Amino acid sequence: MSNLKETILNPILKSNPITVLVLGICSSLAVTVQLKGACVMAISVIIVTGLSSFVASILRNTIPNRVRIIVQLVVVALMVILVDQILKAYMYTVEKQLSVYIGLIITNCIVMGRIEAFALGNKPIPSLLDGLANGVGYGLILVIVAFFRELIGSGTLFGFRVLPEGYVLNNLVILPPFALILLGCIIWAHRSFDKDLQEK
Amino acid sequence: MNKIFEKGGKLHWLHSTVDAFETFLHVPGTVTLKGAHVRDAIDLKRILIIVIVAAAPAALFGMWNVGYQHSLAIGNTGIDILGNFWYGFLKVLPLYVVSYVVGLGIEFAASQIRGEEVSEGFLVSGFFIPLIVPVDIPLWMLAIAVAFAVIFGKEVFGGTGMNIWNPALLTRAFLFFSYPNQMSGSNCWISLRPGETPVDGFTGATPLALDGAQAQYGTGFWDMFIGTVPGSVGETSVIAILIGAIILIWTGVASWKIMAGTVIGALAVGLIGDLAGISKVPCYMQLIYGGFAFGAVFMATDPVTSAQTECGKWIYGILIGALCLMVRLFNPGYVEGMMLAILFANSFAPLIDHIVVNSHISRKAKRLNAA
Repeated sequence: MSNLKETILNPILKSNPITVLVLGICSSLAVTVQLKGACVMAISVIIVTGLSSFVASILRNTIPNRVRIIVQLVVVALMVILVDQILKAYMYTVEKQLSVYIGLIITNCIVMGRIEAFALGNKPIPSLLDGLANGVGYGLILVIVAFFRELIGSGTLFGFRVLPEGYVLNNLVILPPFALILLGCIIWAHRSFDKDLQEK
Repeated sequence: MNKIFEKGGKLHWLHSTVDAFETFLHVPGTVTLKGAHVRDAIDLKRILIIVIVAAAPAALFGMWNVGYQHSLAIGNTGIDILGNFWYGFLKVLPLYVVSYVVGLGIEFAASQIRGEEVSEGFLVSGFFIPLIVPVDIPLWMLAIAVAFAVIFGKEVFGGTGMNIWNPALLTRAFLFFSYPNQMSGSNCWISLRPGETPVDGFTGATPLALDGAQAQYGTGFWDMFIGTVPGSVGETSVIAILIGAIILIWTGVASWKIMAGTVIGALAVGLIGDLAGISKVPCYMQLIYGGFAFGAVFMATDPVTSAQTECGKWIYGILIGALCLMVRLFNPGYVEGMMLAILFANSFAPLIDHIVVNSHISRKAKRLNAA
């Protein structure tokens, strides 16, 4: 059981895909301007990583080793298209706002990385949990970054004005470079909190 | 130094702060008792003082110009040199206070945490920051920008001497991208007392934004050379900056190669712009426009962030001049390119040095093999 607990907790804290493995940086810079978009993106990635790890794990004994990458891609692409279609049907404006980045979940290193590293060698249920947990670890950072960017850059949260009218909006925070600086700060905080992550 | 601040003393955690005040601007007379140390009169403290002396003419002229522009704006044409200077002094002083209090505060705290000596590095950056911002910038914005530049531009890289980008320019870049409304246009460069409105037909836009054509105070060559035009506090007067340049070159503090390279690069691209018919003014005018002179003399030559090799300094300087003019001539988005050009060249300075050193080594190796 402790093994299962580690499978779930590790990707969120100790080996967080963004702050420790430094994967999925491009999308975390692009979709974190608004909290709403970041939340939708986070949920989409959680679903895609979870389900594709699950499916790839079911297929793991039948996939020939030499063509495994392309088979994984097909699985991931299927999940991404499903998510994209659902978003188009029910949350059209958000889907438009996220534009290509939903489609680009296919190329998100976290998805392929977890299939390669975990799903191909483990049973379906742990693989599903591992995928979901990695998605949560990714989404968590996304939401934290988006919280600060929307608050400082637009003075709003989920589109509602939070800061008083006299607050002068900071344009730099809207620009992608600032997301990188914020990510750096989160990594900094994470590392000074968790002594195991510090290089000697 | 009092014993309680030494190692093991009660107040040892304040060691850096006390040390900084005790050795402020000079090295104390206490000498090492054992061993021989070769000492040269020039050290970090003296270099920084020379830079501040060199920038003083630009700062003093800038203060006067703030008052002069204010008089022009309210339609007061009488000549009152002292009154103008006093008005500008009172306007610029708060900028200096904010710049030094915030910057040095963070610097002291960071040195204290790291247990290092506080160095005077920020004295120069803090002196430059008010000179390259619009005089009307709200003080809280300046405070945020200085804090950002010192923390993310300097302390995270390890403090004085370790930074990749010029902290003063980072402050300006932060303001420029964060609060574009307060950093450009025709309202920010002129300071007015509350309740005062400019006279009809007065525009506070800088010559660079106006392309030197239709400004009402005849932004001709001499106006811009002397510096009686709107602009950031310390960058308008080419004469004052040239005095600073002479001091810097004469004392050997700043590299003349970087300054010369910047001018050559700017003239080369400016000439292309002239020949292609893109630029609205002759290329030599670009040298006295906007922040070019100030950037070339004081910002590009920052010994920490510029290239270190002799050949590299030429490449670095030419890169800055050429990039600055490219932004001015070929980019519709930004009027001024000096800040962006220097920050860009700062990022490439280590690469330039690396290439220069390696090509030197391989050239020597070839000669050795041929012999």
